[in-house]
Amino acid sequence: MPMTLWDRLLALARRKSPWVYVVNAGSCNGCDIEIAPCFSPRYDAEQLGVLRQGSPKHADILLITGPLTLRSRAAVSAIYEQMPSPKVVVAVGSCPATGNVFAGSPTVVGGVASVVPIDIYVPGCPPRPQAILEGIAQAAALLARR
Amino acid sequence: MSSEVWRAGLAVLLWPGLVGGALLSWLYLWLGRKLLARLQGRYGPPFYQPCFDFVKLLGKQTVVPGGVNRLLFYGLPLVAVISVVVALALIPVPGNPARALSFTGDLILLIYLLEMPALCDVLAGYGSRSLYGQVGAAREALLALGYNLPFLAAVIALALPAGSFRLVDVQAVAYGPVHLAATLAFLLALPARLKCNPFSIPNAEQEIVAGTHLEYNGVPLALFELAHGLELVALVNLFAALFVPLPAGVPGGLIYLLVGVGLVALTTGLAAATARIKLHQAFRFYWRWGAAAAVLAVVVAAIW
Repeated sequence: MPMTLWDRLLALARRKSPWVYVVNAGSCNGCDIEIAPCFSPRYDAEQLGVLRQGSPKHADILLITGPLTLRSRAAVSAIYEQMPSPKVVVAVGSCPATGNVFAGSPTVVGGVASVVPIDIYVPGCPPRPQAILEGIAQAAALLARR
Repeated sequence: MSSEVWRAGLAVLLWPGLVGGALLSWLYLWLGRKLLARLQGRYGPPFYQPCFDFVKLLGKQTVVPGGVNRLLFYGLPLVAVISVVVALALIPVPGNPARALSFTGDLILLIYLLEMPALCDVLAGYGSRSLYGQVGAAREALLALGYNLPFLAAVIALALPAGSFRLVDVQAVAYGPVHLAATLAFLLALPARLKCNPFSIPNAEQEIVAGTHLEYNGVPLALFELAHGLELVALVNLFAALFVPLPAGVPGGLIYLLVGVGLVALTTGLAAATARIKLHQAFRFYWRWGAAAAVLAVVVAAIW
């Protein structure tokens, strides 16, 4: 399919303006604390055009932290459904990938991939803010291709 | 006749209407975000950021929430954008091709058109079936009752010595004390009109998420963002056209740009330095100090 000028402009705009929504799927709050400084003066994600949105309907990228508990499963799935496409999901930390130290707990589903498709994994317990920003940048590049 | 239609169309679509207004609004919006970032010790977004935000929102899927009227969902942001674009075309800025078409009462029409985005916001909030949207709409409607007192008084105070509600007549009034008093009233109303920080009550993101725009996404959200940017440009142009003296020999466009940069710096600095106040505090502020400034402006206009 040939790329028109509008397609090119749209791809560029998607790469340069990724708005994120953060959902805590039963995290210990460690990863959420590491996401907060991404928007602080030291890391300032707004240079990359990243804005943190309060509504999933305004967001392009869904950041998920935590191992997906039984009680958060329906909420995560509903939030993913509410995001208008194109959308990309970033799993922040080891918990959404495997369940991490919570794996095997009776209240934890373990692994967010069973509910929503995950595009980017940011490993770490918790990952550093630089790693989270790298994940957001990769997700933005992925948005441009969707 | 046909040349008049052409000129009006040019003013609405190109300059100072849709295209020129949008480009200028992206410049002012970026300036505000960059200045806020620098004041907070951050680097801030690149200059093309507001433009890319708009293009991205245009290219996203639009989800109409269940139980919401489709016509209302798409129509309200469209009405807001069209109103502000026509308002922009009415203001006698340098190079406005419709300047000669100014008619008696166009100032009143301008005031009505500038009121439309806030009205559309309120209706969008009530029509979105979201609790946060309804709270935001109620807040915005009440705040409008506050800031419109000094805003309307400032414009009417300038129309009194002109003896006319025609924009070019009001613009032609010799600069005097009435302009200073009206400027004071206008500047008091500006931060609340733009929903900047001490008065960011209708879109308080920590309290009611995104307020009236909560359920909006994709193209309608892009149009609401565009309407907000265009409203900023319209207020800047109105202020520069009626409240600021144009010194001879200086290109008019430069004065308008300087006024825009000054107003953006003023509201951004205020937003960075203050925290959000409560609705009743904002209302009391406007019906005490706003009313004082309004009375002052009208009294000065009546005496001089």
